[in-house]
Amino acid sequence: MPDGVVRTMTAKREPGPRTVVRFAGDSGDGMQILGAEFAKAVALEHHDLLTFPDFPAEIRAPAGSTFGVSAFQIQFGSDGVLTPGDEVDVLLAFNPAALKTNLYTLKQGGLIVVDEGAFSDRNLKRADYAANPLDDGSLDGYRVMPIDMTHLVAEAVAPTGVGKKQSGRAKNFWALGLCYWLFGGNRKPTIDWIETKFAKLPDVVASNVAALNAGHIYGEALELDAGDSALGSKGELHHGIFRTITGTEAMGLGLAAVAALSGQKLTYCSYPITPASALLHFLAGLNGRGITTFQAEDEIAAITAAIGASYAGALGISASSGPGIALKAEALGLAVAAELPLIVVDVQRSGPSTGMPTKPEQADLNLALYGRHGEAPLPILAPATPVECFGIMIEAARIAMTHMTPVIVLSDAYIANAAEPWELPNVDELPSIEPVFRTDPQGFEPFARDPETLARPWAKPGTPGLAHRLGGIERASGSGHISYDPDNHQQMSDLRAEKVQRVANDGLPHEIDSGMHEGDVLIIGWGSTYGAIEDAVSRVCRAGYAVGHLHLRQLWPLPPNLGAILKRFKEVVVAELNQGQLVRLIRSEFLVDAHAINQINGHPFKVSTIEAALLRLFEQRKAQFG
Amino acid sequence: MSEQLISLTHKDFETDQEVRWCPGCGDYAILKSVRKTLAKIGRSPDEVVFVSGIGCAARFPYYVETYGFHSIHGRAPSLATGIKLANPDLDVWVVGGDGDFLAIGGNHLMHVLRRNVDLNLLLLNNAIYGLTKGQYSPTSTPGTRSPSTPGGSFDTPVNAAALALGAGGSFVARTADTLQDHLPEMLARAHAFKGAALVEILQNCIVYNDAPFGDLTSKKGRADNTVIVRHGEPMVFGTDRDKGLVYESDRGGMRVTGDISEASVHDETNWALAATLARLDDPALPTPLGVFYCAPRDDYTTVLDAHVPYAPLTRDDLQEVLYAGSWKF
Repeated sequence: MPDGVVRTMTAKREPGPRTVVRFAGDSGDGMQILGAEFAKAVALEHHDLLTFPDFPAEIRAPAGSTFGVSAFQIQFGSDGVLTPGDEVDVLLAFNPAALKTNLYTLKQGGLIVVDEGAFSDRNLKRADYAANPLDDGSLDGYRVMPIDMTHLVAEAVAPTGVGKKQSGRAKNFWALGLCYWLFGGNRKPTIDWIETKFAKLPDVVASNVAALNAGHIYGEALELDAGDSALGSKGELHHGIFRTITGTEAMGLGLAAVAALSGQKLTYCSYPITPASALLHFLAGLNGRGITTFQAEDEIAAITAAIGASYAGALGISASSGPGIALKAEALGLAVAAELPLIVVDVQRSGPSTGMPTKPEQADLNLALYGRHGEAPLPILAPATPVECFGIMIEAARIAMTHMTPVIVLSDAYIANAAEPWELPNVDELPSIEPVFRTDPQGFEPFARDPETLARPWAKPGTPGLAHRLGGIERASGSGHISYDPDNHQQMSDLRAEKVQRVANDGLPHEIDSGMHEGDVLIIGWGSTYGAIEDAVSRVCRAGYAVGHLHLRQLWPLPPNLGAILKRFKEVVVAELNQGQLVRLIRSEFLVDAHAINQINGHPFKVSTIEAALLRLFEQRKAQFG
Repeated sequence: MSEQLISLTHKDFETDQEVRWCPGCGDYAILKSVRKTLAKIGRSPDEVVFVSGIGCAARFPYYVETYGFHSIHGRAPSLATGIKLANPDLDVWVVGGDGDFLAIGGNHLMHVLRRNVDLNLLLLNNAIYGLTKGQYSPTSTPGTRSPSTPGGSFDTPVNAAALALGAGGSFVARTADTLQDHLPEMLARAHAFKGAALVEILQNCIVYNDAPFGDLTSKKGRADNTVIVRHGEPMVFGTDRDKGLVYESDRGGMRVTGDISEASVHDETNWALAATLARLDDPALPTPLGVFYCAPRDDYTTVLDAHVPYAPLTRDDLQEVLYAGSWKF
C-alpha cells in the first residue's frame, strides 16, 4: 500500500481560529453553487476547510416553502479543520423559510445576514410565521444584518438588461461578493469560473459578475464586518498543488487512477439513485477514457453486467445506496461463489426503505457484512474523509483483483458531497497495478488456488485453451465441476472464508489515529464520523483524560492487530450513526464489553455530542473506580 | 482475437460432463443442434461464451465445450451485456427457459432486445417450470394443472415472440425441438444476425407438460400443426403442401386457404406481418415457425463505440483530470 494514500491526522494542539458559515435558501436558488465557490475562495486563502451540503430530496419544491430549503455549511480556519462545525457563526438566510428551518444551527449571539427584501407577507405566510421575525424582537439574541438583497441585486444587474428571473438568479453571486468582503476572498477566480461556465450566455455572465462585484462593494462601502468571525489573516501556507475535492469526485478519480495505473478497461454499471448518481455522472464525463459507463435498467442489471464484465476481464464496478445494495444481494452472492473481482460501493443514506435520501447515516454495515444468504464473506472498506475516497478505490481494486473477490466500499451522503482541500499526489509516483490473467493451459484448473492468497486464476473468455464453465452451484475444489459432495462443500466454504481473512495479510495498516496510544478509553469509529471523533478526542485529551481514537478503514476482515490495540485500553466505546453495528461486531469478535455512542437523525455527529459522551464515561469510571 | 474459422465437428463441443436432463427431454435435441451449428459456424470454442440463468434449460453451458457462465435466475441477458461491454468480439449465446426469460427475466430481456445487444438468445419454451417440479409458467395455456394451480391455471399467458417484437427486437424466430433441420437453420440465422437475435424454441417436457403445443413429433403432426415461413416464399403447409395462409392485414389476422395460389408471401422485413404470425394461436390454424422478423440495425456496442469510444486512460490523462481546477501554493 503506498504511503499517504490513506490520510491520517494527529490533531494534538489547540486548534486555531475557525469560522462556520451557513447559507440557506430555496433549492434551485444556487445555494450549492454559492457554497462551492465560497469554499474554493477560502481554500485559495490557504485555509483548511470542510463543507457539508444539506439539501432535500425534491428537485425544486414550491418557492418559499420550508421543505424546499437547501443549505450549505462550511467550516474554515487554520490547519486541521475536520468537521463542518457544530455551531454556525454566520447564517445567511435568503428567505423566511430558510431562516425558520436553519436558525437552530446558529450559536447564541451569532450573525444573521438576511435578505429582508424576501420577507414579504406571502413568504412569511409560506414559512408559517405569524409575524415578521425581523421586527418582532424574536431575534434579539443574535446580531442581525438585514439587507434588501433582492432590490440591490436588481439595481446592480439593471445595466446588463437581464429580466427579473435572471436577476433573481444572480442573488447568490451578490451574497458571495459580500462574503468575500466579510471573510476575505479574491473575486477573480470566481469571475473566471462564471465566464467559463456561462460562456454561451453573455447576459448571464454580465449579470452574475455585476452582482458579485456589487455585493463586495456594498460591504466595503458600508464597512460591514463579521466581527470575530472574520479570520483576518490568511491561513498557514503549505507549499504544494491543491484542489478542493468531494468524496464523489475523489472516488471517480480513484477509479480513473486504477484504469491509468493498470492500463485496463474498467466497466462501471449503475442505476441512478441518490446519493450515488453523481459518481455515474462524473465517470460518464470521462467520455469513455479508461472506463466504459453503462446506465442499466435496474440495480440488478447493473451489478450482473458488472459481474459479466469482470468475468470477461474488464473489472466491473457498481455504486448505489441502501435500497439498491439490498437488491444486489443475490448477485453479490454469485460473485462470492464464482470468486470474481468486483467493486460495489454503497453511498449510505438514511433508511430503512426510502428513508431520507439526501441525509447521511451509517446503518448499512450489517448489510455489507451479512446481507447475502449462506456464508458469503467479502472484504469491506470505508473511507473516512472525501480525500480518502481516492486511495480506498485503488485499494479496493487491488484487493478485488489480487484476491479474486467482490469488495464492498461503504461511503455515505456526507462524504460524497462534502468538500475539502487536497494536496494532489504526484502521478509519476503512483505505483503500477498489474492484474494477472491466466494464459497457460498447462495444468489449468479454474478453482485451483494460489498458495498464499487462495485466489483462483482469472481466466478470461477469449484466452486459448482455457475454456471452462463456472456458476453459482457449489463446485469442486480444483476442477470447478458441479459438486454436491459434503466434504467438498465444507472445504470450499472454509476456503472462501480463509481467502477473505488473508486479505488482512496485506491490508491497510491500522494504528491509533490520535490521542493516547494506550490508556483508559479507546474510541473507535468508521466512515464519516472521523472528524467529529478526532476533534472530540483532542478536546478531551487537552482536558487531561487518557483517550485514544482508532478509525477503521477496513471493516472486514478486521485488522490483525485490532485485538492487541483493544487490550491497551481499559474501556472501548464505538461511535456510529446507527443503532449499534460495529459495536456488536467488536463485542462478538473480541468478547469485550464495548459501549456505543449512537445517533440516527440524518445529521453527522457534533463534536460536542461525542465529547459529552466521553466525559460522561469518565465520570462513570471515576464513580466506579475512584 | 481472431475471427478465423476452423474445422470442427459437433463432438468438439461435447464436454466431459454427464448430461443430466430427463430421458426424452427436448433439450437433448436442442443441444445436439447447437453443437452442430457451432461446428458449422467454425468459430474457435475459446471465443464462444454460453450464459444462462436458472432452470433445466440453463444447465446448457455445462454441456458445451466453450466458456460458460451459469448465473442467477433471470439475469443472464444483463450478465451477457456486461460480457459484451468488456469484449465485444466474443460470440455470446444466452440460453434460458420460459420462466427465466419471461417471468423474473422479462425486464432484462426487454432491454437487451431494445438495445440490440449482439447476443444469440435461445428461449426454450416448454410452458412449465421443470426444475422446480412443474409449476405453471408465464406461457402456460389457461387450464394448466400444476402443483401451484391444482384447479388449472387462469393467467393469460404471454406470447414470447410477440413480446420480443413489441420490445423492439430486430430478429425474432421460432422453431421446435423436434425439427432436426429447421432448428439448426434458425440457430445459424440467429448467429449471422449482428444484434439481439431471439429464437423461441418450442420444447417438450415429458415429465411435467407433455405436448403443450400439439403433436409436433410425428411427421404428419408437424406438417399439419405448423407452417414454416421463409422470406420471399408463400406460406404453405400440410402433409401434401396443399394448404396456405392468407395474411389479412386489415384485421391483423390470417386465414387458411385450400387454394395455395392465393397464399401470402412471407416478408421478414414486414413488422405487422411478423407480429400477426407471432400472435397466431388459433387452434384451427397452424403454429407459425421460422424467421418472422429480421431487420438489421447497428448492434449496441457498435452504437456505443460511435458515441463514446473507449480509449485507455494514460497517466497523462490522469494528470489532467486529477489536477483540474487545482492551484499551486
